Amino acid sequence: MKHRGTKYSGFKVIKEALTGHKGWKPVWRTPRPKSEYDVIIVGGGGHGLATAYYLAKEFGITNVAVLEKGWIGSGNVGRNTTIVRSNYLLPGNEPFYEFSMKLWENLEQDFNYNAMVSQRGILNLFHNDAGRDAYARRGNAMILAGADAVLLDQDGVREMYPCLDFENARFPIKGGLLQPRGGTVRHDAVAWGYARGADNRGVDIIQNCEVTGMVIENGICRGVETSQGIIKAKKIAVCVAGSSSRVMSMAGMRLPIESHVLQAFVSEGLKPILPGVVTFGAGHFYVSQSDKGGLVFGGDIDGYNSYAQRGNLPVVEDVCEGGMALMPMIGRARLLRMWGGVMDMSMDGSPFIDKTHIDGLYFNGGWCYGGFKATPASGWCYAHLLAKDEPHPVATEYRLDRFKRGAMIDEKGMGAQPNLH
Amino acid sequence: MIIHHPLLGPRDASEFVYKGDASLIDRPDWKADNAADLFHDYLYLRDNPAGEHCELWYHEQGDRSWLVVTRNTLTHDITNVELARDVALAKQAKKSGRGEK
Repeated sequence: MKHRGTKYSGFKVIKEALTGHKGWKPVWRTPRPKSEYDVIIVGGGGHGLATAYYLAKEFGITNVAVLEKGWIGSGNVGRNTTIVRSNYLLPGNEPFYEFSMKLWENLEQDFNYNAMVSQRGILNLFHNDAGRDAYARRGNAMILAGADAVLLDQDGVREMYPCLDFENARFPIKGGLLQPRGGTVRHDAVAWGYARGADNRGVDIIQNCEVTGMVIENGICRGVETSQGIIKAKKIAVCVAGSSSRVMSMAGMRLPIESHVLQAFVSEGLKPILPGVVTFGAGHFYVSQSDKGGLVFGGDIDGYNSYAQRGNLPVVEDVCEGGMALMPMIGRARLLRMWGGVMDMSMDGSPFIDKTHIDGLYFNGGWCYGGFKATPASGWCYAHLLAKDEPHPVATEYRLDRFKRGAMIDEKGMGAQPNLH
Repeated sequence: MIIHHPLLGPRDASEFVYKGDASLIDRPDWKADNAADLFHDYLYLRDNPAGEHCELWYHEQGDRSWLVVTRNTLTHDITNVELARDVALAKQAKKSGRGEK
């Protein structure tokens, strides 16, 4: 289908600047839901909007509705710390995340929207020989899957990040694994860009429409009950991240998922100090610097079941201790904002993109705290599954029955204990 | 969060380690014909409710007792705390039909 909306360009910006910016229009409609669709996507976050976009653009399915309880992008796609990377180890994961990385690299041209994709590099620090070996292995696995990886020694890290504390008594920095193609993306713009692209191709984005029940007859899902009435569809595709268990319980399903809260933080704006993303796994801390200058950082999940979208102070202290250990200069910066999001923590730390045992009902979730980087590939692979009823080649392992088959994708080797992933 | 320990009084939640849903106390019968399925569900599937949730907390930085904490996952309010031992024994008594008088 032809792109219906205004095409954005430098020329368009200049033209609008000279004519009082009167030509800008809302980039998606506010339609009333139709009584029936080919596909209903439950959840208007990054993954849901990406699924709608790729369904319309790549698979030609445009009779689609995205139902969102609040406003689009109000959940985790606007709460994460904007990092994109494909530095995974296991064969069930790495090709998928590298597919996502390649989609990020061409995203703005593809959906004609400025998402501020910035490949500023992501560096994972190590502190001893064992850590170095593990990252050398990971880097090799990444290269085998077509990604990029560079193992840096201490001098290599010092050259990029002289502000770090290399002589920390407990965790002296000995080097790091750098993925130069990793980086950050403006997360809200990802939701808006996908929404605009989907809407332009005929997808109905219906906000303030909460799904309150599933219409299931003889083991077939035929639609959803919503706050705006019953809406029927041939296929119902759920992707609601932290609310996965709540929504799927409407279909009588129990999931291998616990919902946990993860906090994130932004400091006041500072002069440029961090050119890329740095992760300090041993200290439960990672940080990057936004284009506005704020240090954007975070750490581990709080570690208990929560739907509250806010965390508690002990984890704030833990994260800030990690920051002080890594870069003591952070102690002089004031904290500007902090917030929480609800993570759908799966039992092995890896996600699901699968059909359910109920015909017509599909599930995408279990992204833990790593869903943002997966957004393009998750949308593409979910759209592929919905359009063709078979998994995309890079997402064949993300099955709901993998625990039963003993085919877990346990990146961290933690076992069935979600708060350890 | 403050957890009101039945023996030690109010303690900060950071002294505890979180395990998960308190139904993990009830291990399936390993002799059942469908034991593999029962253990799959026991180990991997969760109710994960939004609202009241009974869960296991371990007082690692304290007296090392296991507690069953009833907590609201939407507000983090804690409404009840019991020793896991008491909960398990009460369940056992109920199962064997003896019931405390």
